[in-house]
Amino acid sequence: MIWLLLAVFTPLAGTLLLALIPRARMAGLANLALSALSLAGSLGLALRVLHRGSLHGHGFLVDPFNVYLVVLTAFVGLTTAVFSRPYMEHVHLAEKRVSPAGMRLYHSMYQGFLFTMLLALTTNNLGILWVAVEGATLATVLLVSLYRTPAAIEAAWKYFILCGVGIAQALFGTVALYFAAQHVLPPGANGLDWSTLYAIAPQLEPRVMVVAFAFLLVGYGTKVGLVPLHSWLPDAHSEGPTPMSAVLSGLLLNVALYAVIRMKMLTDAALAASRTPALAGHLLMGFGLLTFLTAVVSLHRRHDIKRLFSYSSIEHMGLMTFGFGVGGPLATFAALLHMLVHALTKSSIFVTVGHATHIARTQRIERIRGLIRTQPAVGWGLLLGVVAIAGFPPFGIFASEFLLLSATMASWPWLAPMLVLGLVIAFAGLFRNIQPMVFGTPPVDQQAVRANMLPVMLHLALVLSLGIVIPAVLSNWLGAATMLITGAALR
Amino acid sequence: MNLGTLPLVDQAVLVLAAMALFSAFALLAQSRLLAAIHVFAWQGFLVAAVAALTGAASRDPHLYLSAAITLGLKVLLIPWMLHRLLRRLSLERQADPLAYPALTLLAAAAIVVFADWVAAPVAQFEHSATRNVIAISLAIVLLGLLMMVVRRQALAQVLGFMAMENGLFLAAVASTHGMPLVVELGVAFDVLVAMVLFGVFFLQIKDSIDSLDVDRLSQLSASIERDEITEQRP
Repeated sequence: MIWLLLAVFTPLAGTLLLALIPRARMAGLANLALSALSLAGSLGLALRVLHRGSLHGHGFLVDPFNVYLVVLTAFVGLTTAVFSRPYMEHVHLAEKRVSPAGMRLYHSMYQGFLFTMLLALTTNNLGILWVAVEGATLATVLLVSLYRTPAAIEAAWKYFILCGVGIAQALFGTVALYFAAQHVLPPGANGLDWSTLYAIAPQLEPRVMVVAFAFLLVGYGTKVGLVPLHSWLPDAHSEGPTPMSAVLSGLLLNVALYAVIRMKMLTDAALAASRTPALAGHLLMGFGLLTFLTAVVSLHRRHDIKRLFSYSSIEHMGLMTFGFGVGGPLATFAALLHMLVHALTKSSIFVTVGHATHIARTQRIERIRGLIRTQPAVGWGLLLGVVAIAGFPPFGIFASEFLLLSATMASWPWLAPMLVLGLVIAFAGLFRNIQPMVFGTPPVDQQAVRANMLPVMLHLALVLSLGIVIPAVLSNWLGAATMLITGAALR
Repeated sequence: MNLGTLPLVDQAVLVLAAMALFSAFALLAQSRLLAAIHVFAWQGFLVAAVAALTGAASRDPHLYLSAAITLGLKVLLIPWMLHRLLRRLSLERQADPLAYPALTLLAAAAIVVFADWVAAPVAQFEHSATRNVIAISLAIVLLGLLMMVVRRQALAQVLGFMAMENGLFLAAVASTHGMPLVVELGVAFDVLVAMVLFGVFFLQIKDSIDSLDVDRLSQLSASIERDEITEQRP
């Protein structure tokens, strides 16, 4: 329990503390230290869960499904904090785009965002889950408008309104779920506790559950970035500060998807005896495929490098949603693995993109040229990141996409060609934009910047090693999570 | 359903809920911002009254607390904050008429029918009064959504957003006698923070485009994608 409290509540203390530190340099260091402390807590929690099984009580629930996401969240939080310190200092002191008050807000809300993410992952109460996901919107919305340009304000407004509306639908779904639970609840139990609900799920009224799931899917799906509710995502990613884009893509989308999958588990159990037992899965498949195909086409003809990669995030979230929708142990395992490797790869790409935009002093793809010649580390980092995200072997994304494809081949063979075609289109879309940025001739006055590529190397090395061999600890966890979600073990 | 055969409390709840639905229509059609804020405050009052009445009927002290929170937040604090913003941005006399009033109200009526249809499965294990209140609260949520779609004024959009919250609260109170207290406190906190952020945003939007017409915000985005102006970055 102590580890859990350390992991989750360090960022909360950080939110208050960093709002009080006036010096941006000191706040950057404190941000780093707090993120490291939170990671230490989450690692302790993971060891505890590894040795003594799921942790359950006092309103928290940590089982194999969320423990690896907790570690992932704290880890990406730390590496992004490593990147954010010099990056934001550059923005603050050299470019003068952020005021000292803005820096205070930035650091405080960075920790606030990590807090809401970790709370959403570890809480057992679906109401608190909703409050935390809404809190994540509130924490990040002012960061999206941090630069105060008209475009940034517009992006933030769109983000606020669209996610606010979406998340309101999720609350209605939660109320409907609570309503369905109240009729079969054992006396004295809390009808919003996920573990209680899971135990009584087969008795929940199926038709109310269908309504609840539809609202929850639309609500949390807005935050996942499912088409047609995705339009906030590229705007928020492109206009906000780059460390924010890294954590939004790497963490927020995963947590929203996590919420959807928890709801799917309840709905599947409730509908098992009805005429449409796989309704939730089919809905996820439909939304996932639509999202995937729309995003791969949108990858072409982009002008802004951060928008390009945010569409790539939408693509991968679509793929994961599809994977969870297909169901079955293999597809679920693949989707869980994909959540992990995508978060690592995408946050490393955004870190590299942050350095690249500082080198080229613009986010416009046409004007970013010749990164390898100006600064080889950044150029190669970007290239390797894109190779990884496009799903080339031996990176981890290849492994998860391959597993997903074989699962699709087994259960829905006629959908597999669409996935392959989509992946090829995505590959073409990424490389036609990346190739000149990395290899082209640099403008005459382009200079290298101080860049800390350690987080990128670390992330890519992890993704690479996950593509070659998945450590036994992790595969056991993912296997247990698969067992939990599908009720069947991976052969 | 025969209204007369129901217990007195249910009758009162139904009447209050129906009035809340009426206020959602009034909010949708009201073009003057100042009046719209007042309608919103009345809607909050009706919803709080439903909570208090349900609390009195079920002798549940926590519902009184929810009613008090709603009264403080939705009837007093948020309308007051909106009032202040309106004065500060000197928009008191501003009107924001609907582009297609007849069409919008027809769509609103269709939404009510739809909400009634969605709430149908509830009927089998609850008496019909609850089912009707759930249908009404869903209709209020969706009418708030419609308001956010059809209104161009940022402040009117915020009213739509807050009206959705009213609908959600009504749903929670009517169907389940309120969510657990910790959740309600969390939701209330989120709503309050959201309102503060909206206030900050109004000032930022006003500064950057000198108007609160949200249509002008979307023009900006279109130009980014069409790749025309943009990039005044250093």
